Amino acid sequence: MSLALVQEAAAAVDYGAFAAIGAGLAAIGGGIGVGKIGGAAMEAMARQPEMQGKLQGSAIVLIAFIEAVALFGVVVGLMGVLG
Amino acid sequence: MDLIKPEIGLIFWTALTFAILLFVLRKFAWKPILGAVGDREDSIRKALAEAENARKEMQNLQADNERILKEARAEREAMLKDARDMKNKIVSDAKELAQVEADKMIQQAQATIESEKKAAVTDIKNQVANLSLEIAEKVIKEQLSNKDKQLQLVESMLGDIKLN
Amino acid sequence: MQVSTFRAFFAILFLSFYSLGFAASKTATKDSSEGDEPFNASELIFHHIGDSHSFHVYGSDEDHFPAALTIPLPVILWTDNGLVTFMSSEFHHDVDGKVMVERKGLKFTNLHDKIYQLDAGALAVTLDKDQHATNATRPLDFSITKNVFSMFLSVALILLIFLFSARSYKKSNTNMPSGIGRFMEPIIVFIRDEVAIPNIGEHHYKRYMPFLLTLFFFIWINNVIGLIPFFPFSSNLSGNIAFTLTLAVITFVITIFSSKKYYWKHMLWMPGLPVPMKLFLAPIEIIGMFVKPIALMIRLFANITAGHVIVLSLIGLIFIFETFWVAPISVLFTLFISVIEVLVVAIQAYIFTMLSALYFGQALEEEHDH
Repeated sequence: MSLALVQEAAAAVDYGAFAAIGAGLAAIGGGIGVGKIGGAAMEAMARQPEMQGKLQGSAIVLIAFIEAVALFGVVVGLMGVLG
Repeated sequence: MDLIKPEIGLIFWTALTFAILLFVLRKFAWKPILGAVGDREDSIRKALAEAENARKEMQNLQADNERILKEARAEREAMLKDARDMKNKIVSDAKELAQVEADKMIQQAQATIESEKKAAVTDIKNQVANLSLEIAEKVIKEQLSNKDKQLQLVESMLGDIKLN
Repeated sequence: MQVSTFRAFFAILFLSFYSLGFAASKTATKDSSEGDEPFNASELIFHHIGDSHSFHVYGSDEDHFPAALTIPLPVILWTDNGLVTFMSSEFHHDVDGKVMVERKGLKFTNLHDKIYQLDAGALAVTLDKDQHATNATRPLDFSITKNVFSMFLSVALILLIFLFSARSYKKSNTNMPSGIGRFMEPIIVFIRDEVAIPNIGEHHYKRYMPFLLTLFFFIWINNVIGLIPFFPFSSNLSGNIAFTLTLAVITFVITIFSSKKYYWKHMLWMPGLPVPMKLFLAPIEIIGMFVKPIALMIRLFANITAGHVIVLSLIGLIFIFETFWVAPISVLFTLFISVIEVLVVAIQAYIFTMLSALYFGQALEEEHDH
């Protein structure tokens, strides 16, 4: 009875959902990275307001690099979901 | 679903469109726009450089003016000093000359006084001599009667008269 | 209030991902106009962010007033029998592979907005359990799809804007732009002074300016077109991987062609390192060379697609909960996300241009300025 239930549950498992969880984990990593960059950039801007333009530019580029890693995760997750 | 499977048709159209867009915009938009922006920036830069040059020239001119003014002032100073010197010299020369003249006049006066004095003395001497002669004559006339007395008188008179 | 809003927000995010999981196996591409069918958010979203052979303007039912309006677009196929062209209206809005169009002795059908060519002798499409056609193949499809149409529209817009700008420079004798050119000039100068010159360098930047400017405005205008939710716009072109792939490949090709000896030397045989380290680094650097354009491609694709997915998910909330009371919340959130998206689309265009310039600069690096 219980074995049948487990089997049924296993058959119902959608492995795409795991891919979605993976994408979420990747987003957490990216979020931490972006947060650190943003925080450091803010702090630097507060210290040297005259450097604001330069700091903003390089912060955006750095965030783009970090974000790419998270997006790789999302796209791999999409591949898992969409097969 | 093929969300992440690129379609060949869209790739083709994108490449073609982008190439055409790049070509057309490069020729008809970016070239004139960037050229105009560059020209304008050049002209602004040139104008700024010119203004800077003008400012420098102005500064030079001002410095020149200052220099000339200083020179003029120095010259005036020198001239004044010369004039003052000359005045002093003239004054001192005049003083000296006057001194010399005065000395000379004093000397002359002294000499005159001396000669007058001599003349006067001589005159007095002459007068004294005449007077003495007259007195002597009178006395002699008077005393010729009395020989003794005559002699005594002469004696005493000669004793009294002292030539200076 | 705030808490419940967030709860609803997470609920829809969860639901959309959850139903997304089912979408792969079910893909029930029934017409959503069939009333009794439960609303399928992921189907709606994927229909929107995917490509289409016709441009749906409004409505969902031809029988009701106002009747649905769908603009047909030309289908251009390269088959074994040569070029085949017809209008997509010949499919009569069918996307389930039921209507056949016969041209040059070949049968074509529209299955999930993809044109299939039936194998010789087949009369109807047979599908396997994953909804894949078993007796039909896809010919080379150069159709003017919704995305291609939108791209042409963006090209027309860009040409209009910049040819007018260029003309306004010519008209004035002080080289001062007027009208739209006055708005565009700071952006052009920004690309030159903040993107091209610092990354590529004073000596070479002029050669890359046309490409960088075209790239920036092409991506930006297409992104903005994707944000506008009604007829001639509303496509998801810059969130389509084919589009970003093409641009990334163009950047990659230009990088390779403008690379100098130093670039390759630095990559394959890093100077100033012990030999085992060099052997270790070379494959990493070579992978990195390809990862850079792939990252460009994925970044733009994922950012724009994510924007569309979020907006549609928020709107989809209303239909999932089947109540009007959710509407103000989803509309407010949609507005909020749209405002952020306006920023994001500009930043994504900037980042794509910036990184392209950075890669060109790296390729152009010389021995002395290291």
